Amino acid sequence: MGWIGENLGSIRSLQTRQSLTQAVNLGLVVTSALILWKGLMCVTGTESPVVVVLSESMEPGFQRGDILFLHMNQDPIRAGEIVVFNVDGKDIPIVHRVIEVHERQDTREVDVLTKGDNNLKDDRLLYPYGQLWLQKHHIMGRAVGFLPYVGWVTIIMNEKPVIKYLIIGALGLMVMTSKE
Amino acid sequence: MGMHSFGNRANAFVTFAVTILAVMCSLASLSDNFNVHTPTADVKVFNINWFQKQPNGNDEVSLTLNISADLSSMFTWNTKQVFVFVAAEYETPQNALNQVSLWDGIIPSKEHAKFWIHTTNKYRFIDQGSNLRGKDFNLTLHWHIMPQTGKMFADKIVMTGYRLPEEYR
Repeated sequence: MGWIGENLGSIRSLQTRQSLTQAVNLGLVVTSALILWKGLMCVTGTESPVVVVLSESMEPGFQRGDILFLHMNQDPIRAGEIVVFNVDGKDIPIVHRVIEVHERQDTREVDVLTKGDNNLKDDRLLYPYGQLWLQKHHIMGRAVGFLPYVGWVTIIMNEKPVIKYLIIGALGLMVMTSKE
Repeated sequence: MGMHSFGNRANAFVTFAVTILAVMCSLASLSDNFNVHTPTADVKVFNINWFQKQPNGNDEVSLTLNISADLSSMFTWNTKQVFVFVAAEYETPQNALNQVSLWDGIIPSKEHAKFWIHTTNKYRFIDQGSNLRGKDFNLTLHWHIMPQTGKMFADKIVMTGYRLPEEYR
C-alpha cells in the first residue's frame, strides 16, 4: 500500500509541474506580445503604432483591411502627409491626407485641414459642428508604412465574434494539450 | 503526439510561409531605395479669375493653372500609385507658413506619369486673414509614392516667383 501512495504522489507532482510549465509558457507568450506592443509604442511615439483601414475614403491607395504603420515625432505637420486623427465625440480614428496647413508665427501651433483622397469634399463635415481646423492634439500619428490585407484578420474578428472565440478556444486547447 | 504530428507540420509550414512572405515584402520595399528620382515640373498661373475679400474678412482668389510634370521615374515594381498635388505656400505676419492645396490627382501607372493639365483651382484658395494683395508665393508640386507594400516616400519641387495682384478684381 505504501509504495503505491508514493508513486501516486510523484505522478501528481509531475502533473502539477507540467501544468505549471504550461501556465508559465502561456504567460511568456502573452507578456512578450505585450512587450512588443509597448516597445513599438515607445519607438514610434504613438499610442497606436498600427491601424487598420476601415473605410473606402482613401481608395485606391488604401483599401479596407490594409494596415498602416504610424510614426509621431516633434516634426511639424505638413501638407500631403497622411495623418490619423481623432475627432471629439467619435471614437473611431480616421486616416486622411492633410491638404491645408497654417502655422502660427508666435506659438508655432498649426491649423490643419484634411481630406480623404477618394472623397469629393474636405473633412469639415466630419469635424464637430463649427470646427474648421484640426490641431496637433487631434493627431495621433502620420502613416509611414503600408501592408495590404493583413488587417482583415481584425475586421473579421470584430464583425464575427464567434470566429474570435473559436480561434481563442482552439489556441487555448493547443496550449493545454501540447506536451513539449 | 510526436514531433511529426499534423499540428506540428501545419505550424512549421505556416511559420515558413509567413516568414518568406515577410522577407519578400521587406525586399520589395528596400529595393525602392535604389530607385533614382528625376522628376520635372512646371506650373504657370494662366489667369487670376477673381480676387475678393470674403464677408468674414478672409481673402480668396481663384486661379487657372497650367501644370505639367513628368513623374515617371517614381514608378518601380513596388509602386501602387503616386499621389500628386500642387500647393500655394507663403508667409504672412500671423503665420510662419501657409500651405494651401490647389489641385491634386492620382497617377495610377507609369504611362500616365507624364501629364499636362489646364485647370482652375480644385480647392478654395483662402487666406487666414487679409494678406493676399501683392503677396509673393511659391507653388510646390508634391508627390507621395504609395507602395504595394512597405515604406512610403514623399518629396517636392518648389517653384518660386509668383505674385498675386495688388488690387481685388
